[in-house]
Amino acid sequence: MAGGRRKFALLFALFGSFRDLAPIILVVAFFQLLVLQQPIPNMTDIIIGALLVAVGLTLFIQGLEQGLFPIGESMAYAFARKGSLFWLLAFAFALGFGTTVAEPALIAVAKEAAAVAAGGGVIENTDEAKSDYAYGLRLTVALSVGVAIVLGVWRILKGWPIHYMIVVGYIGVVIMTAFAPKEIIGIAYDSGGVTTSTITVPLVTALGVGLASSIKGRNPMIDGFGLIAFASLLPMIFVMGYGMLF
Amino acid sequence: MELILQILSTLLATIGDVLPIAAIIFGFQFLVIRKPVPQLKRVLVGFVYVLLGLALFLVGLEKALFPLGKLMAQQLTDPEFISRGMDVVTTALSWQDYKWVYIFAFAIGFSTTIAEPSLIAVAIKAQEVSGGTISVWGLRIAVGLGVAIGIALGTFRIVTGTPLHFYIISGYIVVVIQTFYAPRMIIALAYDSGGVTTSTVTVPLVAALGLGLANTVPGRSPLLDGFGLIAFASLFPMMTVMGYAQFSDWRSKQNRKRYTEGGK
Repeated sequence: MAGGRRKFALLFALFGSFRDLAPIILVVAFFQLLVLQQPIPNMTDIIIGALLVAVGLTLFIQGLEQGLFPIGESMAYAFARKGSLFWLLAFAFALGFGTTVAEPALIAVAKEAAAVAAGGGVIENTDEAKSDYAYGLRLTVALSVGVAIVLGVWRILKGWPIHYMIVVGYIGVVIMTAFAPKEIIGIAYDSGGVTTSTITVPLVTALGVGLASSIKGRNPMIDGFGLIAFASLLPMIFVMGYGMLF
Repeated sequence: MELILQILSTLLATIGDVLPIAAIIFGFQFLVIRKPVPQLKRVLVGFVYVLLGLALFLVGLEKALFPLGKLMAQQLTDPEFISRGMDVVTTALSWQDYKWVYIFAFAIGFSTTIAEPSLIAVAIKAQEVSGGTISVWGLRIAVGLGVAIGIALGTFRIVTGTPLHFYIISGYIVVVIQTFYAPRMIIALAYDSGGVTTSTVTVPLVAALGLGLANTVPGRSPLLDGFGLIAFASLFPMMTVMGYAQFSDWRSKQNRKRYTEGGK
C-alpha cells in the first residue's frame, strides 16, 4: 500500500517535471516552425533528451528535499546550538569560497574575460598571461562569494535589515563603475549572476533559513533569505576592483 | 551506447563539481560539529539523487535543447533573416527590425527560468517558510517574467548599443524605490531571486543569443557587447517579485479584510 503510494507520488512528480519543461518545448517549436519556417531536426534526439531532462529534474528535486535541505538546516541548527561564532563564519566562508572556485560557469567566464583583457591591451597577449589573469579572476570571485556569505550570515545573526546593506552595495557598484576600465564592466556585472550554482543555492538557502529559525527573535522569511543576494552583489565590486588593479 | 557514455562522463564531471562542497560539509560536520548527522543514510541517498538528477538533466539539455536553441539564436540574429521580406535591403537596419529577436528573448527567458532547478529549490523553501503566502508557482512565474523582460531589454541594448551601466543603474534606482513600498517579508527573497535565476538552463542559451547578436549587429564587438545579458536577467526579477508581493498583498486585503488586523 505504502509502496504503491510512493510510486504514485513519483509518477506525479515526473508529470510535474514534464509540465515544467512544456514552455520551452512550445517556444522552440513555435519559433522553429512558424517564425523560421524550418522542420525540427533530430526528433528522436529531442524526445530522448526531454525524457532525460524530466527524469533528471524529478530526481534532483527528490534529492533536494531528502539531502541538501536537511543537511543545510541541521548544520545551521548545530552551529546555532554550539554557539561558536568563529566556526560558523569559517563554515560560511568555506562554503562560499569552495563552491565558487570550481564552478564551471565561472571558469568559462574567467577565460573569456582574459581574452577581452588581452584584446584590450590590459595584459600581454600570451597564453601564460591570460591563464594567470583568468586564475586571478576566479580567486577574486571566489573570495568575494566567501566574504559575501560571511557578511550575510553575520546579518542574520544581528538581524539587520537587508535593504540598507544592499543599497550600500549598489552605491559601491555605481562608484566602482565610474572608475573601472570599460572592458571589465560587462564581465563584472555578469559575474554576479554566474557564481551561484544549482547545488550552492539550495544549501545556502537552507543554511540561512535554518539559522534564522533557530535564533530567537529572527523571522525565517525576513532574515533567512538574502544570502544569495550578497553572493550576487559582492563579486561585481570585487571584479571591478580586480580590473582596476591589473 | 553513446548516450550511456555521455551520461557517465557528465556524471563524473558533476561529481567533480560537488566534491569540494561535500568535503566542506562533511569536514565541518565530523571535525567541528562532531555529532552524527540525523538520518545520515537518507541524506546520502539524497545526495546521490541530486548528482544523478543533475547529470541526466544536463545530458538531456545538451541533447534536446541546447543545439536547437543555439542554432535558433544564430538564425534569428542573422541579418539575412532580419531583412527578409524587406523591399529595400540597402538601407541600414533599424532597431525595430529585430522584433523577432526581442520576442524570442522574452519567450526563451521566461520558459527556461520556469525549468531552472535552483529557482525551484528556492521557491519550495519560500512556500514552506511563508506558510503558503508565497506559492511555488507564483514565485516562479514572477521570476520568469522578470528574466523575460530583462533579457528582451538586454537584446534591445545590444542592438542599439547604449551603455550597459545606464540600464543597470536606473534598474537599481527602481529596485531601491520599490523596496520602500514592498511588504517587508518579501524583500530578502526578492533580492535573492536575482541571483538564482541564471544557472544551468538559462545561461547557455542566453549567452548564445548575446554572442549571436553582438556578432551580427554592425558596430558591436562580441567581446564588449556580448556580456551583460545575465546582469539584466538578475536585475529584473527583483522588481517583478516585489511587484508580485505587492499585488498579492493588495489582493488578499481585498478578499479577506478581517485577516488584516491579526497579522501582529
